[in-house]
Amino acid sequence: MRTSVVYEPEAAFALPALQRRLISLTIYLGFAALGVGVLNGLAQALNYADIDVFKYYPGMRTYYQGLTVHGVFNVIILTFAFGNGFVSLTTARGLNRPLNTGLLVAALASLASGSALAAGAILSGRASVLYTFYAPLQAHWTFYLGLVLIVLSTWITSLNIFLMVRAWRREHPGQRIPLLAFISAVTYIFWDIASVGVAVEVVGLLLPWSLGLLPATDPLLDRTLFWFTGHPIVYFWLLPVYISWYAMIPRQVGGSLFSDTAVRIVFLMFLSIIPIGLHHQFVDPGISPGLKFVVAVLTFIVFLPSLLTAFSVMYALEIGSRRNGGTGVIGWFFHLPWSDPSVAAQLLAMIAFMLGGVTGLMNASYTINLEIHNTAFVPGHFHLTVGTAVALSYMGIAYWLVPYFEQKELWNRKFALSQAWIYFIGVLIFARGLISGGLAGMPRRTAISLIDYPKLPGWREAGIMTGVGGTLMFIAAAMFFFEIFMTTFFSRRAEIADIPFTDTIEPPAADGFLVSLDRFRYWIIASIVLCVIIYAPVLRSHIPPNLYSVGYSNY
Amino acid sequence: MDRYERIFFWFSAAMLGVLLCALAYVTLGMHIHLPGPSGRIIPRAGQNLGAAVLSTPPFNHPGLRQTGPGEYEVVMLAQQWFFYPRRIQLPAGANVTFRVTSADVTHGFFIPGTRVNMMIIPGYVSVETYRFSRPGDYRIICHEYCGLDHHTMSAEVMVK
Repeated sequence: MRTSVVYEPEAAFALPALQRRLISLTIYLGFAALGVGVLNGLAQALNYADIDVFKYYPGMRTYYQGLTVHGVFNVIILTFAFGNGFVSLTTARGLNRPLNTGLLVAALASLASGSALAAGAILSGRASVLYTFYAPLQAHWTFYLGLVLIVLSTWITSLNIFLMVRAWRREHPGQRIPLLAFISAVTYIFWDIASVGVAVEVVGLLLPWSLGLLPATDPLLDRTLFWFTGHPIVYFWLLPVYISWYAMIPRQVGGSLFSDTAVRIVFLMFLSIIPIGLHHQFVDPGISPGLKFVVAVLTFIVFLPSLLTAFSVMYALEIGSRRNGGTGVIGWFFHLPWSDPSVAAQLLAMIAFMLGGVTGLMNASYTINLEIHNTAFVPGHFHLTVGTAVALSYMGIAYWLVPYFEQKELWNRKFALSQAWIYFIGVLIFARGLISGGLAGMPRRTAISLIDYPKLPGWREAGIMTGVGGTLMFIAAAMFFFEIFMTTFFSRRAEIADIPFTDTIEPPAADGFLVSLDRFRYWIIASIVLCVIIYAPVLRSHIPPNLYSVGYSNY
Repeated sequence: MDRYERIFFWFSAAMLGVLLCALAYVTLGMHIHLPGPSGRIIPRAGQNLGAAVLSTPPFNHPGLRQTGPGEYEVVMLAQQWFFYPRRIQLPAGANVTFRVTSADVTHGFFIPGTRVNMMIIPGYVSVETYRFSRPGDYRIICHEYCGLDHHTMSAEVMVK
């Protein structure tokens, strides 16, 4: 007896066509941002290979302006747009009920206007402060206001999700929340707590400072608040992809998820352990090494749910493969439906994520961080995680999602399949380059093609690999957009009534202790308590803030 | 949870535990420490940060000084877009304490091939000690974006 991850799996999906269109527009906005982002990504990659193409980019004045575009468009606008659209959709399917149209429109409007404001500031050269916008480098106030509106869109989306979950629970007292809706809701609860840091930083300090209402700011406080959000944000990028890996991929390969409970525990572990952003500040002055070690331990603990994910997802894949005739200890892996571009892209994303996880653990490893902090090792790492595990999974998801939105067949499966492989091979070469460059001391966020000192040994080879791999990634991204464009406008009509979702072999517990997994209130309180314990010692010396740093806009 | 899930969970947890013990040994047993609180420079009301830095010892006299046999101190300023002093010479085997602060924005202080790697944050003093056992030319690199000419911000350490 298998249990579906959604409510009413047999019934037609109760999502009105208008809401489907609004969700698709939200996600397309994200993909448009990805297009702008990767166009600048190409120039970043070539820069490492000593080729300065920025001078040929219309409107782009400096490497750092391009880097700001690359970061903000790819990891803020793309990811938030995808999360807002996709997780709204998965919650709706999980509970089989419509969303609130007004809130969908409001979230999209907030995201679009915020993106336009931030984009305007960056493209006009008044916000070349990178995606981390470390004060006292100061951007134009429209950049910060744009960020506020972009974050606001995620909160509006949360409201939409929570109202839906609450209404469903009222109608179904005593029932477990369907797994797909549960993990969707936890993703946004997690983000709402995590986003408080950057919200306080931007609304309380940077926005008034950029408007001249505050004469100066407190750079270490800004950094600390930024990283309070800045590490959990990577899980906010990742969790929508985990939703696909857990609840959709098993179905797409003909398998089932094994344990409902294990998945809930994984998502609740992310929710419970938010305050680990200090590991981005291991080499900051002014923060005690003892606290940094505690945060290193917490970061290692948060590695556990990702290891469990590797287990559960691999298990589900194996179940699917064996049901369809896969055999052998390793052989079943090659028997998976590798010819399905949606599956292949996400399997490749998972493989890249293993390398991304290992390099991430190295970053978080306290003293090892001294060797690699702010070197090219770091972008080497995160192009395997957010740049591939997340971005390539988005592309794989798009290969069924866009056909669903447009009610069209995917235009060309072979083309989509080769797209995924080129991207994957590209990122392996690219990340190999950056990681070796970082170990040879090559700094990140630096216009390597313009440095005025001789390159250190190892940088040249590293840069060439980065340039070659990055070019392949760019070609693959362009192929992705072509595939989506052709699917939307030049493909055959198809009736696609529902989205893929799996079932679980072990159902959720009907009674006993495990039912309390669904009591969000307890987990939220536990999460906030841990945040206070970790951050109180750091923030104590910043109450009130030490406002002494005036703004600099010489970029 | 299934038996295999439990085994995998505890195996994973044990692996992470062993790695953490290794890190604890590195810092407690081998005495490799991360930067921490080591002094602040807060301007008086109306004073700008640069002026405060230049009037605070030891940053009123940046440079290299010997503090004992084989022991040195380097007091360094980081500002857009250079380090001061730009070049220092040391004998091989010198045990050097770098004392660095910023006069303007956030910078980085990184010497490839060593474990000297610090953020330089306005209002804070960053301190790191390192023994240069091998002769050679080392480069100090600003590895945090600090504005237009960030990529030209570096300095040299020549160990003879």
